Amino acid sequence: MHEMSLAEGVRTIIEDTAAANGFRSVRAVVLEIGELAAVEADALRFCLDVVLADTVAAGAAIEVETVPGAGWCMDCAQAVPMRELHDACPHCGGYRVQTTAGREMRVKALEVD
Amino acid sequence: MCTVCGCGSGETRIGALGGGRPTGGAHPRPGTTLAWRPLGEPAAAPATPPPAPPRAPDTTPGHHHLDFGSGPAHAHAPGLSQVQMLRIERDILGKNDARAAENRTWLAARGIFALNLVSSPGSGKTSLLVRTLQLLGGRVPAAVIEGDQQTEFDAERIRATGVPALQINTGKGCHLDADMVARALPRMELAEDSLLLIENVGNLVCPAAFDLGEAHKVAILSVTEGEDKPLKYPDMFAAADLMLLNKVDLLPYLSFDAERAIAFALRVNPRLRVLRTSATSGEGLDEWIAWIEAGLATAHARRAAGLQA
Repeated sequence: MHEMSLAEGVRTIIEDTAAANGFRSVRAVVLEIGELAAVEADALRFCLDVVLADTVAAGAAIEVETVPGAGWCMDCAQAVPMRELHDACPHCGGYRVQTTAGREMRVKALEVD
Repeated sequence: MCTVCGCGSGETRIGALGGGRPTGGAHPRPGTTLAWRPLGEPAAAPATPPPAPPRAPDTTPGHHHLDFGSGPAHAHAPGLSQVQMLRIERDILGKNDARAAENRTWLAARGIFALNLVSSPGSGKTSLLVRTLQLLGGRVPAAVIEGDQQTEFDAERIRATGVPALQINTGKGCHLDADMVARALPRMELAEDSLLLIENVGNLVCPAAFDLGEAHKVAILSVTEGEDKPLKYPDMFAAADLMLLNKVDLLPYLSFDAERAIAFALRVNPRLRVLRTSATSGEGLDEWIAWIEAGLATAHARRAAGLQA
């Protein structure tokens, strides 16, 4: 999907951080991507290769940490794990499950030098 | 350019506002097509990266000494490099979300009820909008932002109803973003307590992630599409507050199982409200108009409360 726009968002965050912290280069970019997030990690890596090419993060390793999906079953009134947005509650089999975690798309950390 | 969906940036064009009932000569005539003007400013995100920020100096100018403490680690020990982890914890879409929040504040201050209409191409969004605007019949001041990759065709269809429409061409982009809408809003002379309908690019995937500052996303699924689309493209149905199951006048001619489609959508989003609509037969449009009017009343009440506060 819109991975190029997301990659440009990552680049902006790196450039803002570089301006504020004055580092020379970025060795690694640590991303936190939720299991239910609207992003394909491999496509994002590909786009990052392209958009980071002429920046302080050129050639940086891209590390993706996955955040597990979780929801709240409104019928069971308890937290349940979720692998897909349309997963049923593992306890009651119902679908009245609201997503509570796993949609994150964040730049968690930069390894800089 | 993104090889996944062709999205990218740098080719966004925002047209001039056209159409609407004449209010004194400043507006273009209804239906007038204005030439597209490529924006002078860089689009939503610059196509070429700005120059890299200056490096931290090893030497402080004028002092002629080596400064090993000026790196990010602010220290130096023999054998240790300045490599360190900077925890920054920033949302990738943070910039878009911040701009969307500004749009939301801007709209709320004027009591404007804004809807972001999202669907696949060909779900009948524009026909439904045209019919909606005809039914509102000027009782409610309304304006439309049309998002498409190319052409001003949709804006012209809206302008033919007498409602002003502004076309945003996203170029290679596959969705509207908050910055495009932020740049469109001041050009539109929107009335207080009015309705703003934003027809997003026909795409059931990408627009889900981009908040524009709207009150609600409204997903439109037509019965000529697959009933399993809410499961195949769950993000959009998860992001929407209302789903319009559209073209229901065609149900007698199709094997589409409406109940099944609605059940799939509710699996993805148990709070989703669903209305069955047809721009052709008019089915469900009373409920849709009532839903819009309730939203307009809420937006007006919030503005009034804000004025008193």
